[in-house]
Amino acid sequence: MGQDTPIDKAAVMPLDDIIVEIRNMTFTRGTRQIFDDISLKIPRGRITAIMGPSGTGKTTLLKLIGGQLNPDSGQILLDDQNIPTLNRRDLFIVRERMGMLFQSGALFTDMNVFDNVAFPIRVHTDLPEEMIRDVVLMKLQAVGLRGATALMPSELSGGMARRVALARAISLDPDIVMYDEPFTGQDPIAMGVLVNLIKKLNQALGHTSIIVSHDIQETLSIADYIYVLSDGKVIAEGTPEVLKQQDSEQVRQFVDGLPDGPVPFHYPAPQLMEELMEGGVFK
Amino acid sequence: MRTRTVEISVGLFMIVGFAAFILLALNVSGLNLTPKTGGYKLYAQFENIGGLTPRAKVSMSGVQIGEVRSISLDPQMLVAEVEMNIFADVDFISTDSSAMILTSGLLGQQYIGIIPGGDMDVLGDGDFIFDTQSALVLEDLVGKFLMNQVGD
Amino acid sequence: MILDKLQRLGHRGLSRCAAFGRSGQILFQSIVARPAPVMMFPLLIKQIYFVGVLSLVIIVVSGAFIGMVLGLQGYTILVDYGSEQAVGQMVALSLLRELAPVVTALLFAGRAGSALTAEIGLMKATEQLASLEMIGVDPYRRIIAPRLYAGFICMPLLSMIFAVVGIWGAALVAVDWLGIHSGAYWANMQQAVDFREDVLNGLIKAVVFGFIVTWIAVYQGYDCVPTSEGISQATTRTVVYASLAVLGFDFVLTALMFGDL
Repeated sequence: MGQDTPIDKAAVMPLDDIIVEIRNMTFTRGTRQIFDDISLKIPRGRITAIMGPSGTGKTTLLKLIGGQLNPDSGQILLDDQNIPTLNRRDLFIVRERMGMLFQSGALFTDMNVFDNVAFPIRVHTDLPEEMIRDVVLMKLQAVGLRGATALMPSELSGGMARRVALARAISLDPDIVMYDEPFTGQDPIAMGVLVNLIKKLNQALGHTSIIVSHDIQETLSIADYIYVLSDGKVIAEGTPEVLKQQDSEQVRQFVDGLPDGPVPFHYPAPQLMEELMEGGVFK
Repeated sequence: MRTRTVEISVGLFMIVGFAAFILLALNVSGLNLTPKTGGYKLYAQFENIGGLTPRAKVSMSGVQIGEVRSISLDPQMLVAEVEMNIFADVDFISTDSSAMILTSGLLGQQYIGIIPGGDMDVLGDGDFIFDTQSALVLEDLVGKFLMNQVGD
Repeated sequence: MILDKLQRLGHRGLSRCAAFGRSGQILFQSIVARPAPVMMFPLLIKQIYFVGVLSLVIIVVSGAFIGMVLGLQGYTILVDYGSEQAVGQMVALSLLRELAPVVTALLFAGRAGSALTAEIGLMKATEQLASLEMIGVDPYRRIIAPRLYAGFICMPLLSMIFAVVGIWGAALVAVDWLGIHSGAYWANMQQAVDFREDVLNGLIKAVVFGFIVTWIAVYQGYDCVPTSEGISQATTRTVVYASLAVLGFDFVLTALMFGDL
C-alpha cells in the first residue's frame, strides 16, 4: 500500500506555517494524568500523524482540539483563538471549520447516506435543496459512493461507512479534518482505499489533516510530520524519514512493532517463581 | 411517504388521546359544562340527608327524572334544604308527592326517590315537596331497636 | 473495617448526589436554557411516534385486561353485599385515581423508557452524540429535548386511553356478561366520579409520572458507560429506577390529593 502513495516531496509546503498549536497542556481524567505539559504544532495544509500505543490518549487529544474536553492547564490555539476559553456559541462557530472522522464512523443511524452527508450543510447553510444535492453528490463521488445515497448506515460495510463519514466530515470544506483511528478494523483493501483517499483529499482540497493512529506502516506512508506520544509526553517527532532513523528504544519498539521492550509485555507482577511458591504446590 | 405515515399516526394518536380525555370528562365523571336547560327546580326539606351529595339522582319508580343540584341548611328551620333539577319532560309530579332519601344497595349511593300522589295539580318551578322522609341512619335505627328492647 | 464501610457509604452518597446534579443539568440544558425552536417540530413528531404511538398497543391491551379483571373481581366482591350495582364506580375510581396513571407509567418505563435509554446510549457509544457536537449541533437540543417533550406529551394521553379502555373492558364483563344493568353501571359511575377530584388528579399524576420516567430514561442513556455492557446496565437501571420512582411519587401525590395532609 505504501508504494502507491509515495510522499510527494515536490509539493512539500513549508512546515512552519502552523494552524493548531498546543502549548504546555496538561490534562487529567480522574486520577490518571493523560497529558503532562505537552506541546505540539500542527502545520497548515499537511498531514500530521499523532501516534502511540493504545491508551495514550490520542483520541482525547482530538477531543481537546475539538473543544469537547477542556484541559486542566495550557493553551490550544487554532489560528490564535484559544479553544478552551471560547464560549459555547463561539465554539460551535469554530467547529464549522473542523471535520472529524470518528473511529466508528458515527453515522446517524436514522438517516440514509444522502441525509447523513447533507446534515452539516443543512444545519449551517440555507442553500436550496438542489444545491445541497449537487454538493452531496460531489462529496460522495469523491469517496466513490455516489451510488449508495439511498442506503441506510446499517446496510453499509465498515469501510463504506467510514468513507461516508469522511464525505460528511468534508461536506462543509473544513480547514481541518481530524481522523480518529481511520484504519482500525479494516480489511487490507478498505485500508488501502482509505489511505489513498486521505492523501488525495488532502492534496485536492488543501485542508489540514490530523491522523490519530497506531497503524504504523499506513500512517508513515502518508504523513508529512509525526508525533509519537507515550505516557503523556511527546517522545519523538519529525518526518517519517527522521523517525525511521531514531534510535531511542521506546520509538524503535513502537515503529518496529516489537512485542517486548520499554513498554513491557508483562503487566507488573511479582516474580513468577515467587508467586507459584506461595501457593505451596512446590513446597 | 414514510414520514407521512408517521405524521398521520401521530395525529391519530393525539386525537384518540384527547378524545379519551373528553370521554372521561363527559361520560364518566358526568361533567356538565352547560347546565341542563329546560329543566325546572324543586325543593324539599329533610331533617337528615345522610350521605346525599350533589349530582345524586332523583328518581320516580326507579327511573331517573332529575338530579340534586345543591344542598344547604335552612338557617331558620335548621333542616337541610335540597335543590333538585327535574327534567323538563317530567311535568306531571303532583303537589302531594312525597320525597324520600333511599340507598341503592347496602353500600350504594344515596338518591332521592319521589313517590307520586293523587292530586290533579302538578308541581312547577321553585315549588316545595312538603312530605319528606329523611335518610335512614343506621345509628338511629340501632338506638331505637335498643330502646324497644329495654322497654320490653 | 467500619471506617471502610463508612467511607464507601460516603463515596456512594456523593456519587449519587453528583448523578442527580448531572441529571438536573441535562434537564436544564435541554429545556430551560434553550427554548425549543420551531425547527424542532418534525423531530418532536417523530419522537411522539416512537414514544407514544408504538406504546399504544401494549397500553390498550393491558388496559382492556385490567378493566376486565377489575369488573370481574369487583362484581364477585360486591355481590356478597348486594351492591354489585356499584361496580361501575369502583372500576372508574380505581382506574382514574390509581391504576391508569401508575400502570401506564410502569408499562411506559418498560416499553418507551428502556427504548429511549438504549437509543441514546447507542448514540453515545457509536459517537453519534460527539459527532453532532463536532458538526456544531447541540445534542441536548437535537436529541434530548424532543424526546423529553415527547414523553411529557405522550404519557398523559396514554393514561387517558388506558382509563377509557379499562372502563370499557369492565363494562364488557360486568354489563354484557354478568348482567348488571347498563344504566346502573354508568349512572353510578357518573355520580361517584368527580371531574376535578378524580379525572384531573389522575391526569396530573400521569403528567408527573411521564416527566419522571422520561427524565430518568434520557439521563440514564446520556450518562451511561458507552459500551454494550454499559448500555444494558443503563437500560435495566432505567426500568428499575423509573418504576420505583413512579410508585414512590404515587404515594406522595395520593397523600397530597386525597389524604388531607
